[in-house]
Amino acid sequence: MSQRVVVNPIACTAHGMCAELLPERITLDDWGYPIVDGRPLSADLLEHARRAAEVCPTFALLLQSDGSPVRASARASQPAQPTVRNVRRRPEPVVRRQTRLDPRR
Amino acid sequence: MTATLPRLLLGVDPDSALSLQDHLDVHGPLPSLGTGGRRLLSRRPDAGGALIEEVERAGLRGRGGASFPAASKMRAVASARGKAIVVVNATEGEPASMKDRLLLQSLPHLVLDGAVLAATAVGADEAIVCVCETNADLHSVQRAIGERRALREGVDLRFSVVPNGYVSGQESALVQHLNGGPALPTFTPPMPFQSGVQGRPTLVSNAETLAHLAMIARHGAEWYRQLGIASQPGSTLVTLSGPVAHPGVYEIEHGASLSSLIEAAGGLSATVRAVLLGGYAGTWVDARSIHGLGLSDEQLAPYGASVGAGVIALLSADACPVAETARLMQWLADQSAGQCGPCVNGLHAIAKTFAQVAAGTAGRGAAQNLARLVLLTRGRGACRHPDGAVRLAESAAQVFAEELSDHARHGACAACGRAAEFPLPAWSDPERTTRSKRTRGTAGSASKLRIGARA
Ligand code: SF4
Ligand code: SF4
Repeated sequence: MSQRVVVNPIACTAHGMCAELLPERITLDDWGYPIVDGRPLSADLLEHARRAAEVCPTFALLLQSDGSPVRASARASQPAQPTVRNVRRRPEPVVRRQTRLDPRR
Repeated sequence: MTATLPRLLLGVDPDSALSLQDHLDVHGPLPSLGTGGRRLLSRRPDAGGALIEEVERAGLRGRGGASFPAASKMRAVASARGKAIVVVNATEGEPASMKDRLLLQSLPHLVLDGAVLAATAVGADEAIVCVCETNADLHSVQRAIGERRALREGVDLRFSVVPNGYVSGQESALVQHLNGGPALPTFTPPMPFQSGVQGRPTLVSNAETLAHLAMIARHGAEWYRQLGIASQPGSTLVTLSGPVAHPGVYEIEHGASLSSLIEAAGGLSATVRAVLLGGYAGTWVDARSIHGLGLSDEQLAPYGASVGAGVIALLSADACPVAETARLMQWLADQSAGQCGPCVNGLHAIAKTFAQVAAGTAGRGAAQNLARLVLLTRGRGACRHPDGAVRLAESAAQVFAEELSDHARHGACAACGRAAEFPLPAWSDPERTTRSKRTRGTAGSASKLRIGARA
């Protein structure tokens, strides 16, 4: 099962923290909003992606799993929906300090 | 029945609504609700029953613009957990489209037939007809809903008025509105079919799609496919505007030529410069291509266009296409819900660049800048609004390349001051200004702030 980064553009407030923690997949546009490369994450990037999702102050950065095995049942005809969940794990102390910084100050 | 037109518009009177009795006289009763004939509505435990299969065989696609296969959507709702609900989308936020209004105004029972059938097929006991504020005067629908009570169809029909707005008819916006929130798109998933109105699996279906469904239920998939082309069977409603003798709503067969439609509308009353297809957030096609142009997605694909919601807006050669596009672009930017940074900033930047080009103040590199902004904006909103809006800018850059470079060099042309040929409704949303994510600073200051955060 591969995971990829997606951003909820409604929740995103252009803090830009994600681009610093995952520059391999996230760059910022003219207005400071993340441009996300949605290719599957390799194992070593996954950890960084999780951290980026954790520090996003508006929980706009999400990890999306797809390719989860389709249940071979009557529901098979239903279009496969990627599941999205917000990864909110215990943030590491280093990361947490960053979240307190308000980039607009 | 033979393969003739009109189908949906059979017996239509633009000035009054067909009563239930008149409607039944024209189209006959619904199958199996009255006669028990074809048993189209027998539900199967797996997915939505025979009607959905018939719709799938017919190849019916949504007529709200996205052209999604109707059967897939119904099946997804039918097989989702929980009591389903149906939303009839007749909000028609597209200013150049009149077809849904015509349907509700004149043929409300055909749409309600489709709503009842769709509801029964997906296991819903309720259907809500949504119109925008502009069309809140559609008493024909309320009257029709009242007339149907006597039929005891097992589906509770309701009527709801949605605030005006280009994106308020977007599926998730309707769902949020019906749940008591603002009529603005939401981030998906969950998709409406998973969790929509009241958290129930929700089938949001365009009014015309449901009208076709009512016809397919009566006459079957084979009949439906007797018109149109293999990749896009059936007939469709289009709204033709511009310099023709009789602008208005027409029912055409998919693949019919634009020339034949223009002819049916009494011919051109002025020379045409280009045609805007799909909607205001649509695609410009050069008038030189009109001859032989077929109205189907397959035939329009080479032009980057599609039939969409059936808007066919002709622009006369007297108008300035640059000024006209700049106005549309500004309006589309203003119609952004202001929720997603890339949408609101990108569309305003594109609109601004367009206005500067039109005024001759853009400076060098405007074309490259436009192309870059288009790439930066496309696909980055919670809904598809920015994607359509950049399509307008992109196709204008191609079709009006000459006029654009002329404006860039010499400024406004003689036709720039003419009254707009494409009318724009003056909807305003006071809330939008406050919730807008429009960045007022420059790009430079944004990146400086970022460096500050790192320090
Ligand atoms: S950290 Fe969150 S809010 Fe900030 S730019 Fe990234 S996704 Fe948007
Ligand atoms: S993409 Fe634009 S119109 Fe759509 S929800 Fe976001 S801000 Fe609103």
